Amino acid sequence: MTRHRGRGIASINYPIGMNLGGDPSQALVHSNPSGKFTVALSSIDLGQGMKSVTRQICAETLGVPVEDVYVDTADSDTGPHCMGSFASRGTHRVGNAVMAAAREARGVMMEAAAEELEVNAADLETDGRGNIHVKGAPHRSISTKDVAIAAQFKQGKTISGRGIFLVPLSEVNPETGEMSPATCYAHACLVAEVEVDDETGEVAMVRMDSAYELGRALNPRLVEQQLVGGAWMGVSHALYETPEPYYPEPVHGPRDFVEYLMPGPGDICPHDIAVLERPAPDGPFGAKGPGEMCANPVLPAIANAIFNAVGVRIDDLPITPEKVLRAIKAQGGTRPQARR
Amino acid sequence: MSKIPLQFRHNGRDVAIFVDGGTNLLVALRELIGDMTPKFGCGQGGCGTCSVLIDGELHLSCLTLAETVAGRSVETLDGMKQGPNLHPLQRAFADNFAAQCGYCTPGMLMAAKALLDRNPSPSRDEVIEAISGNICRCTGYEPIINAILAAASGRVSA
Repeated sequence: MTRHRGRGIASINYPIGMNLGGDPSQALVHSNPSGKFTVALSSIDLGQGMKSVTRQICAETLGVPVEDVYVDTADSDTGPHCMGSFASRGTHRVGNAVMAAAREARGVMMEAAAEELEVNAADLETDGRGNIHVKGAPHRSISTKDVAIAAQFKQGKTISGRGIFLVPLSEVNPETGEMSPATCYAHACLVAEVEVDDETGEVAMVRMDSAYELGRALNPRLVEQQLVGGAWMGVSHALYETPEPYYPEPVHGPRDFVEYLMPGPGDICPHDIAVLERPAPDGPFGAKGPGEMCANPVLPAIANAIFNAVGVRIDDLPITPEKVLRAIKAQGGTRPQARR
Repeated sequence: MSKIPLQFRHNGRDVAIFVDGGTNLLVALRELIGDMTPKFGCGQGGCGTCSVLIDGELHLSCLTLAETVAGRSVETLDGMKQGPNLHPLQRAFADNFAAQCGYCTPGMLMAAKALLDRNPSPSRDEVIEAISGNICRCTGYEPIINAILAAASGRVSA
């Protein structure tokens, strides 16, 4: 029995969002009489952080503290339409919609403040701490709470805004087949190092090194948690998970978490991640979003690392011990490739 | 079929319920006592999200017959925080971004508490061993392991 080390690399170019009949999302923002703001979305946060990021985007655009913004999500009865949380589109599409809605609400808020301070709205600025003051004269100031109260009870104004972000459908050119399905691309490169046991066919992760370019990281800790967790999902898809192990034959499929294999805490490996920020021109504050791309480069990098380790090229996922052993046998033994 | 009377301690409080024979502890906790913190994942011991402590030992409540906890002490995540104050493990999970969708989190926290209660300064390998019966789909485990190590060494936010 020998354990063979191998290293593989993969690079990806990942489109943000999708193109099925256009890709819109909407947001509504309104202030409460307390001076706090509510963002209404039907978009869903599955734990990836959309509530946090849209809250930040709204607060930054309004010029108020992040604590003053509440995001109400995941209800299509109370929130305006969203295409959904998929295709890595949340931060980019929903973020842009929230930004547009917050910009409109800010306009009304500044008008209301201008009326109270008896100045021109163009001469006002927010301090990000819950106050609006005359530029260059911070003592001529009013709190957003007092503005909200004045708008509600005195001026009869709603401090609110509507936002939509739409990437229109890109038709296919019938002559050339050309289309532009995405406006914005993220990029990643990942190196995986594995150890392949030529007696059992098992593949163990040794380490991963990666670089992800995902526009501006609006919340670096959330980006990191997506990249760490997403890479695990990539490992899981590469080596473990499948509902149909003998596809297209439906036999021997897993029926529960005992048979549906996923890596446990003992199967993970060190993963060194570099985040590169190249702000996207059409992203909210330059963001693209990590999304599905977190998992994608892991699969081809592992397949390449297995080839590097034992010389077998497996193009069928997941790369189970059975497939590795059959391939080694068919080849008449292992053929470790040059280490690079 | 007649109901079986059952008394035990639930997070330090005496409870008395009637269960059908064969009822598992997870169902008793969730449906009869109303403690929704232990989650139903697989119902057969494969995922760990239903984990609770029985007399301080980690158990899968979905595979535990309710009547076997008669007279014993059952701890769930619901009993972990003290009033408004989070347990240091809960704070460490928040600090370290150790939860995303949150479905595995109750089981992870109970497994971590069982570990730290008997071994206050575990090694990384001991932490991995302690949570090896729990599946997490989102985090890749690394933030969970780091959170437990942070709680063990007192590196938690106030």
